[in-house]
Amino acid sequence: MKHTISLFLTLVAFWLLNSGHYSLLILSLGFASIALILVIAHKMDVVDHESQPIYLSRKIFGYYIWLIKEIIKANITVVKHIWLGEKSISPTLKAIKVSQKTDMGKVIYANSITLTPGTVAIDIVDNEITVHALLYKDIESLEIGEMDRRVTLLER
Amino acid sequence: MEIVITISSGFLLLVGSFLCISGGIGLLRFPDFYTRMHAVGVTDTLGAGMILAGLMILSTDFLVFAKLVMILLFTLLIGPTTSHVLAKAAFHNGVIPKGSNNLKQTKEKESTSSII
Amino acid sequence: MLIAATLAILVAMILAIIRGIAGPTLYDRILAVNMFGTKTVLLISLLGFVMGRPEFLDIAIVYALINFISVIGVLRYSDTNQFKHTPKKNKSIEKEL
Repeated sequence: MKHTISLFLTLVAFWLLNSGHYSLLILSLGFASIALILVIAHKMDVVDHESQPIYLSRKIFGYYIWLIKEIIKANITVVKHIWLGEKSISPTLKAIKVSQKTDMGKVIYANSITLTPGTVAIDIVDNEITVHALLYKDIESLEIGEMDRRVTLLER
Repeated sequence: MEIVITISSGFLLLVGSFLCISGGIGLLRFPDFYTRMHAVGVTDTLGAGMILAGLMILSTDFLVFAKLVMILLFTLLIGPTTSHVLAKAAFHNGVIPKGSNNLKQTKEKESTSSII
Repeated sequence: MLIAATLAILVAMILAIIRGIAGPTLYDRILAVNMFGTKTVLLISLLGFVMGRPEFLDIAIVYALINFISVIGVLRYSDTNQFKHTPKKNKSIEKEL
């Protein structure tokens, strides 16, 4: 039930911010389309804790702030190596271990790896993520496991 | 107040433009597909973020601001998804990373994935 | 400054197009087209501010979503059909089909 309410509130915010008209006709049309989407989503059976992860919402903001800081640092590194040229990079492919138990945690971890420039998660098989990195240093800093630890804290 | 807005948005737009052009240069300069993907990652995350943040500072209407936030969220959601799907498709179709220290491991992975 | 940013985005788009034409493999081309799409979203929102018409932002949102769907669609197709490079794999897939 709470997942349905969360989806409903998201859709209401989306409609109101995108339309900008508040006459009765437009609002009722919006309500009708939201109801239709809720029915379709229930028939598709996608309204659950995976599509509406509300249990994350308390801790996720701290993680986002840390992630934005990391993204800015990684961007500066990658731009520096773009201008330094081909000689300065050391592309590496390696499988690294993950310590998350749930699928959600693994997906958050892999997505964070891909979102940070310089590292791309290619594949997840069981407890290993295949990562391609621009620099060998990036792989080493992933193996130290700062990001891994923070994502594991999230999923509890 | 006016001048603070102009200067800060101008600075953000300038940094964003520089990052976007750097990403384009990297796309041309880097030696193989996987490294080029990292260059595109720069323009997708901080390049787009800086330019949209500069526009957010300039916007006067709340709805315009909300739409810019929405575009930024979409970009940040879409960027990693396409990168991952592209990398996975290339990897499973036999594009091997250049200059990799562990080519052997790559080939092993390749053969196991084709069996699966 | 808005116009300078617009020109910078245009330069980045031209660089992406060059990679799209030159790109040795298919995936380089898809990567270039994807980057071109995301830069178009930025270009449309910047143009909206340059011309003083914030309605352009709606188009930018729609363009971002369409770009995403098209890239994912092309790559879904690459998973299933005869997109593969090596002839050996092609045969095994034909058997499966």
